[in-house]
Amino acid sequence: MIFTDYLFYLFSGILVLASLRVITANNPVYSALSLVLAFFSAAGIWLLLHAEFLAIALVLVYVGAVMVLFLFVVMMLDINIEALRQRFWSYFPVALLIALLFIFEIYLVVTDKFFSSSDPAGIPLEKSNTHSIGSVLYTDYLLPFQVAAVILLVAIISAIVLTMYGKKSHKAIDPKDQIKVNRNDRVRVVKMKSEKKK
Amino acid sequence: MTLSTLLTIAVPEIIILIAAMSVLLLGVFYKNTTSLFGITQLTLLIAAYFTAQLPIDVKLTAFNEMFIADSLSMFLKLLSYFALSLVLIYSRSFLQSRNLHNGEFYALTLFALLGINLIISSYHLLSIYMGLELLSLSLYTLVAFDRNRPEATEAAMKYFVLGAVASGFLLYGFSMLYGITGSLQIAEISSRLSDTSINPVVLSFALVFVVVGIAFKFGAAPFQLWVPDVYQGSATPITMFIGSVPKFASVAMLIRLLFQGLDHMVLDWQAMLLIMAIVSMLFGNITAIAQTKIKRLLAYSAISHVGFMFLGLATGTITGIASALMYIAVYVLMTLASFGLIIHLSNQGKELDQITDLSGLGKQKPWCAFLLLLIFLSLAGIPPTIGFYAKFSIIQATIQFGWIWPAVIAVMSALIGIFYYLRIIKVAYFDEPGKNLNQVSKSSNNELSVTLSINTISLLIIGLFPSSLMDIATLTSALIF
Repeated sequence: MIFTDYLFYLFSGILVLASLRVITANNPVYSALSLVLAFFSAAGIWLLLHAEFLAIALVLVYVGAVMVLFLFVVMMLDINIEALRQRFWSYFPVALLIALLFIFEIYLVVTDKFFSSSDPAGIPLEKSNTHSIGSVLYTDYLLPFQVAAVILLVAIISAIVLTMYGKKSHKAIDPKDQIKVNRNDRVRVVKMKSEKKK
Repeated sequence: MTLSTLLTIAVPEIIILIAAMSVLLLGVFYKNTTSLFGITQLTLLIAAYFTAQLPIDVKLTAFNEMFIADSLSMFLKLLSYFALSLVLIYSRSFLQSRNLHNGEFYALTLFALLGINLIISSYHLLSIYMGLELLSLSLYTLVAFDRNRPEATEAAMKYFVLGAVASGFLLYGFSMLYGITGSLQIAEISSRLSDTSINPVVLSFALVFVVVGIAFKFGAAPFQLWVPDVYQGSATPITMFIGSVPKFASVAMLIRLLFQGLDHMVLDWQAMLLIMAIVSMLFGNITAIAQTKIKRLLAYSAISHVGFMFLGLATGTITGIASALMYIAVYVLMTLASFGLIIHLSNQGKELDQITDLSGLGKQKPWCAFLLLLIFLSLAGIPPTIGFYAKFSIIQATIQFGWIWPAVIAVMSALIGIFYYLRIIKVAYFDEPGKNLNQVSKSSNNELSVTLSINTISLLIIGLFPSSLMDIATLTSALIF
């Protein structure tokens, strides 16, 4: 065993433990933090496979953006854990079935002849793969890359269009309207005849 | 690829993209939405000018052979600009009256048009998929645009979920094609499929997934479930948009993938298209009889029209493609006119919804009733309107190919269809006006009624002289290969 093998077992061990912690932790915040740890260890394994672009993207996108957002949501929402866990055992048979099916599929994929090829890290690259991806992204694949950017723009526009117009959902008072108020809007003087005592 | 060739080929798309982003920005700073309408129409005109400048008989490619400009792309793109321009004219007053008329509407329609243009010009599976996602994402948002109406939100949700499933099918098919051929470029896939060492099981699975994905996007039976709900739930201008312009993209996607990419599998996909054509024609026409809402009826009628088009494409011949291209152009013209009429007859508070809302139209608004007569005669396929000639050319191509019984089924289903189209005409002319009629007495704006009249009369005029449109369609399809 060489040094990288030890690193692989270290990262894999952490990955498995962190993944287990994701599904067993009672508190969703701990689950989310364990998922961050799992992503880090997966990124480490990718680095060992010379896939440094994927590793950096995983850390930047998932850890840096997605999980932080997710943590915010989890911390802001008041989730009742007990209510979520109540029907755990009634769903358990279905979950078990899906899990077994998934394990069977993994078995098929791993033992298949297409995937039993030699170690992908053994193929030497002339340049780093960040360099290689970058050089085709802006030349050969310019069109899909640009269209992907347009799709993201449309997604932003859509999210704003669907939430900005329409009903006002908050009760905050607009100061602009507040200072325009005059006496007649708020006070109504009612003239009544005085009642006679019986 | 030098910059100048790129600019000549892709200049319409670049213009549309710049215009979409400018409209978006201008919509934020200027509240004058009429000028946005003008800018969008001007963009369509400029894009049409530059598209028409390209040579029709040469296949030009750009972006590493991902993007192609040929006769098919020119024909379909020009039709898309024209149809979108009509959609915008019809929608304006409707959107203004419902407070939906803003810059985002024009930006999203232009982004959708960009997606349509990309699909039409794609020569690579990756760019087809990107164009499709751009188009679908814009359409989902447009369906949900009127988000205070629960029906619109429901329709958007259904459209989103089923559209995502369809994209998944298509993508799965693409990945299998990539797995067996090692290429995503359509011409290269075609040349590598002639190799006999390819695994036929994987290839037929890939073909099935691709055809299912295309049929979902067309709304052909048995993948039609989203069509009636989306047609009914969206605001009428959006229904008109969904029912018209994206159909050009779907037909381009079908021709590029099946005729140009998977042309070695012609016997396999021919049978699939034929079955879907027959099921769509019968299902659409028979189910439409039971409808009481006019937009739902038009949705089922759309399914049956897609069936006719599939019948023409299933022959796989040049005449078959030409008749299908002719049919799609005519169908879009009829759809625009029918939804334009619905918008014209809807007023501020209430949309024209039930068929019975039309009763007594012949006495109250004779001109509108006459337009309705022409539109529905054309949809039914009765001479001398263009709808007859379109159906006739499809059936002619089918018989020329030697398929007698599919042609018989097509004629029979068209006969079934005449029943419900004529029923609408009967309601408009012979039924006593109900209590709903006084709601249908708002005078609409002039540009809408003039455009609607021209659009509808053109159904008659082109029906009397169909040869020029047919010649263009034949020339286009002859130059595809």
